[in-house]
Amino acid sequence: MASTIRVRAVAGADTTEVQSLIQHPMDSGFVKDAKGELIPPHHIEVVQFEHGGKTVFTALWGPAVSKDPYLKFGFKGGKKGDDLKVSWVDNKGASDTLTAKIQ
Amino acid sequence: MNEFSDAPDSARRTVLKAAVAGGLAGLGLGSFPFPAFADADAKDFPADAFKQKSEADALKALYGKSAEASDKVNLDAPEIAENGAVVPIAITSTLPGVTGIAVLVLENPFTLAAAYKIPEGTQAQVASRLKMAKTSKVVAVVESGGKLYSATKEVKVTVGGCGG
Amino acid sequence: MLRKVLLVAALVAATAQPLLAAGDVDPQADFKAFRKYFTERFPKVPLNDFVNGPYSMDEGLRKQWQAKEEFPPYDFALDKGKELFAKPFKNGKTYADCFPDKGIGIRQLYPMFDEKSGEVITLDVAINKCREANGEAALDYLKDDMASLTAYMAFTSRGKPFDIKIPNDPRALAAYKKGEEYFYTRRGQFNVSCASCHVQNPGNHIRTEVLAPALGIMNALPIYRSEWGGMGSTSRRLTTCNSQVRGVPLPAEAEEYRDVEYFLSYMANGLPISGPGARP
Repeated sequence: MASTIRVRAVAGADTTEVQSLIQHPMDSGFVKDAKGELIPPHHIEVVQFEHGGKTVFTALWGPAVSKDPYLKFGFKGGKKGDDLKVSWVDNKGASDTLTAKIQ
Repeated sequence: MNEFSDAPDSARRTVLKAAVAGGLAGLGLGSFPFPAFADADAKDFPADAFKQKSEADALKALYGKSAEASDKVNLDAPEIAENGAVVPIAITSTLPGVTGIAVLVLENPFTLAAAYKIPEGTQAQVASRLKMAKTSKVVAVVESGGKLYSATKEVKVTVGGCGG
Repeated sequence: MLRKVLLVAALVAATAQPLLAAGDVDPQADFKAFRKYFTERFPKVPLNDFVNGPYSMDEGLRKQWQAKEEFPPYDFALDKGKELFAKPFKNGKTYADCFPDKGIGIRQLYPMFDEKSGEVITLDVAINKCREANGEAALDYLKDDMASLTAYMAFTSRGKPFDIKIPNDPRALAAYKKGEEYFYTRRGQFNVSCASCHVQNPGNHIRTEVLAPALGIMNALPIYRSEWGGMGSTSRRLTTCNSQVRGVPLPAEAEEYRDVEYFLSYMANGLPISGPGARP
């Protein structure tokens, strides 16, 4: 199955800019379905980005983060061709990982 | 919601308190030692903080402190959200040694929307997209030098982002 | 008295469905007038920007849209569409076998007038005709697969100008004319026409939404709406519009919808395809 994670990491002069889009319903738990019943919360809780064996960014997300969540951040270092590892875990224990190359 | 045991959170807070008492400044969640090669770990999730209904309670649960307003925290958010389900928010800060950033939506059912750990070498900057239930103040909080600084902006929401 | 009534009735019946001579319908004149109206009403909007709908009308909305376009929410639907497009039918053929240029970069040619059947064929209808010709069941015009597939095809045409042809055939001219009439006819409990909102009030608010100008309104379809939390087909948008004015929506791809799409797409000739679009 295709990964749920999309990453665009671009190395600049001394910082790498990272943008990611993750496919996930991010159900808040406040929305009702067609039958009028609440759809239980189902959202990513932790997203982690690693480069060179070090964690460069961690996101802790609650139900208020939008569906198919987006993220943009930057870190020092990172060269074109380096690996950037992204992983997430949600409140139901599901997870996904992707290793992308920095452009 | 999620059933992660409270033990790791309180153990973490004890470590934090001890570290602060020991005179170590600038300790945020980002410095809690977790294995360098680990994938995203559900145990890192501060479930309690995400259940709070006020800014003060959320920040207390997350960082153990409260925030003071600062013009060195920049919050970019629209005046009127095009749709409450997807509101683009960007936060930057010129404060030194930033270790954490958090975003709160005061009128949401749970105030804390997201929190970010900023390790050394990572920029004090994050952009994401949030759900807002209705017109609300959005608060960006930055942890720097062991203290919290914030910026607030009101975002008008005409079509609520929680399905309403 | 009865004779008079019958006579009047006959006259009315006779004039109700006028046979259109080529001289009665002048799409080129309509085109000029339509374009002049919008460019004069919004002199500061660059011509090609009209295709961005409400974002060409409101700066605050535009900034949010641009922020989201950096990594658009419809990225996943696009990938799904690409997959669906490439997947062969049971008989081994693909969509590439049905369309000119293997189906890539051709969205701006639709709707087309099909001289054989005498009907307006939209992209969505062409897709189903392709499927049926190859032994596959038609896709539901209102559901995700059609939306993803047309999103991908629109994406391959991004930037290409609409190139809608109205052949000098009375049936084509009649279809164009019917589309124009549909556009300007009031309907629904709110008793408004498409023009009431999109010609008379672009840039203004209707409840919480900012209205898009009719010029270029087809260029961004299909659209990913934050409101839907997903991609929706052209049919989904048109049927929803009808419901929103408290009118009864027609079946997807009904003749009237195809005709109005024909009319509006022709009015946007020369303007770039911007689909798939993201909207509030």
